[in-house]
Amino acid sequence: MTNENAIEIKNLTKKFGDNIAVNDISFDVKPGEVFGLLGPNGAGKTTTLRMITTLLKQDSGTIKIFGHDTAKEGKDARSMFGLTGQYASVDEDITARENLMIFSRLNGLTRAQSKQRTEELLSEFSLENSADKNLKDFSGGMRRRLDLAVSLITRPALIFLDEPTTGLDPRTRLQMWETIRQLVKQGSTIILTTQYLDEADQLADRIAVIDHGKLVKIGTPEELKQCVGGTKLKFVVDDDGKIQEVENMLNKQFSLNPKVTDNKVDLILNKKNQLVAVLNALDEDNISTSHLVVEEPSLDDVFMSLTVGKN
Amino acid sequence: MDVQKHSGNIIMNTSTMAYRNLLKTIHDPDRLMDVIIQPVLFMIMFGYLFGGAISGSVKAYLPTIVPGILMQAMLSAASGSGSQIREDLDSGIYDRFKSLPMAHIAPLAGQLFADILRLVIAATASLATGYLIGWRPETGFGSVLVCALLAVFTGWSMSWIFALLGLLSKSASTVQSFSLMIMLVLTFVSNAFIPIHSLNSVMRFLAYMNPITYVITAIRQILATGTLTHEALLVLLFGLLVVVIFAPLTVLAYNHNN
Repeated sequence: MTNENAIEIKNLTKKFGDNIAVNDISFDVKPGEVFGLLGPNGAGKTTTLRMITTLLKQDSGTIKIFGHDTAKEGKDARSMFGLTGQYASVDEDITARENLMIFSRLNGLTRAQSKQRTEELLSEFSLENSADKNLKDFSGGMRRRLDLAVSLITRPALIFLDEPTTGLDPRTRLQMWETIRQLVKQGSTIILTTQYLDEADQLADRIAVIDHGKLVKIGTPEELKQCVGGTKLKFVVDDDGKIQEVENMLNKQFSLNPKVTDNKVDLILNKKNQLVAVLNALDEDNISTSHLVVEEPSLDDVFMSLTVGKN
Repeated sequence: MDVQKHSGNIIMNTSTMAYRNLLKTIHDPDRLMDVIIQPVLFMIMFGYLFGGAISGSVKAYLPTIVPGILMQAMLSAASGSGSQIREDLDSGIYDRFKSLPMAHIAPLAGQLFADILRLVIAATASLATGYLIGWRPETGFGSVLVCALLAVFTGWSMSWIFALLGLLSKSASTVQSFSLMIMLVLTFVSNAFIPIHSLNSVMRFLAYMNPITYVITAIRQILATGTLTHEALLVLLFGLLVVVIFAPLTVLAYNHNN
C-alpha cells in the first residue's frame, strides 16, 4: 500500500508563441478524489489536461502520475489512466462494438478478453441495442457514453474527463453525472474540466479555479464559497424610522457592515450560525421585518469574483 | 503496487490498426471508388486519345500506356493515405491513440498497411481495363503478376512520403491538392505516356531524374522479357530506401505534431 498522490504537478508552464496558456500551475490530486478544473473558456483547462495526459509537452515543470514522470516514463504514465476528450474521440465510421473491440486490443487485451470486456461495457453503458449501428446514427449522449466506455476498458485507477457534459441535454447530463458517481463509488480517481459551476459543485471534492493560465484558487466547493463571503441576508425594515437603529445595532453588536438603501438592508454574515443571533437581536429590539431572504453563496459567485475571462 | 499492463507489440498494434482501417472500407465501400474509376477512365481516354499519334494505333500504344496508367494509379492511391491521416488527425481520434500505451508508429503503419488494399484494387483495375481494350502481354500472366507486385510495392513505399505530407499539412484539402500536383508531375514528366527521346534536353533530363521513369521501364522490361532485370532490382531497392528514410521521419513528425 502506498500513500502517493494520484497526480503531482509542479510549476507547469506552457507557452504558445507569446501567449502564456498555462502559467506556473502546481497542485496535487489524492487517490479516490474527484478533482475539478474550473474556468472560463480559454482559461487553460484543456491545455493543462492535455499536458497531464501526455498529449502535449510542457515547456517547464513536472507531472507525476502515480509516481511516473510523464516526461521520462510516458508509457508507464499512459498505462495508468483513461481519457475522455472534449470532442468524442471514437471512430465515427465503425460500430460501437468494433470501437470497443479495437480499443481493447490496442490496450493489450487478448481477443477473448476484448470480447468479454466489450460485452460488459456495452451492457454497463446501455448500448447493447445500438452496438452494431453505425456511429453516425448515434445521439450526442450515446456517443459520449461510448467514449467513456472506451476510456474504461482497462479499469484505470485514474480517469480524465474533459468537459464530459458540454453540449448534452439536461436529462443526458444527469445520466452522465450518475455514471460518474458510480465510477467514484468503485474507487476511481477522477479529474474533470468543466465550465458548468453546478457540475463542479455536484461532483467535485476539490476544485481548482483557473483563469488566464493561472491557478487562482484551490479548495473544496465549501471553501471556495467561503472565500467569497458567508451567507447573504436581505430584509426590509417595516418601520422607516428604525432603520438607523438597525444599522447601528448590526454594526456594534455583530460588527457587520450592512448596505442600506431606503428601508432595505443587505448584508453578508461573517460567521456561520450568525443568522439566528441577528434575527433574535432584531426581535428583542421589537423591530419587525419582512421580505426576509437568506442566500448561500453559490459557485457562480466564486466564478464571477475570481475569474475575468477573455472578454 | 505494480499495475504494469502488457501492452502488446508493434506488430499486434499495427495489425489492429490496419483492421480498423479495413473495417472503415468495409462499412463504406464508396471509399474505393476513386481508385477504381480513375485508372479505368484514364486508360480508355489516354489510350484512344494518344494511341494513334504516338504509336500509330491504340493497340500498338497499349504496351506503353498500361504500365504508365498502372503507376499513375499507384501514385494516386498512395496519396489517399496522406489525406486520410490528416482527416483522422483533425477528428481527435489520434488523441486517443496517443494516450494509449502502444507503439507510436502503429496508427500510421496500420493506415498504410490497410491502404495496400487500395493499391491492389487500383492495380487490378488498371490491368483489367488494359486487357479489356486489347492489351495482351506476350510473356503471360506470371510476369503481369510480378509487375503488379512491383507496382504495389513501389506505390506502398511512396505512401510513406504522402503520409509525411499529411502530417505536415494543415488540412486534408491541402494534402489533396498537393498530392494531385505531385502525381501529375511525376507521371507526365516521365516515360509513362510518351517516349522520352521525343523530349527536348531539359525535359529529358527531368524525366531521367524521375524515379517513376525507372519503375515504368522495369515493368516494361519484365513484360517484354519475362525476367527480372537489374532495373527491377534497383526499383525494389529504391522502394526499400524510401521506407527506411520516410518511416522514421513520419513517426518523428507524428510525435512532434502536437
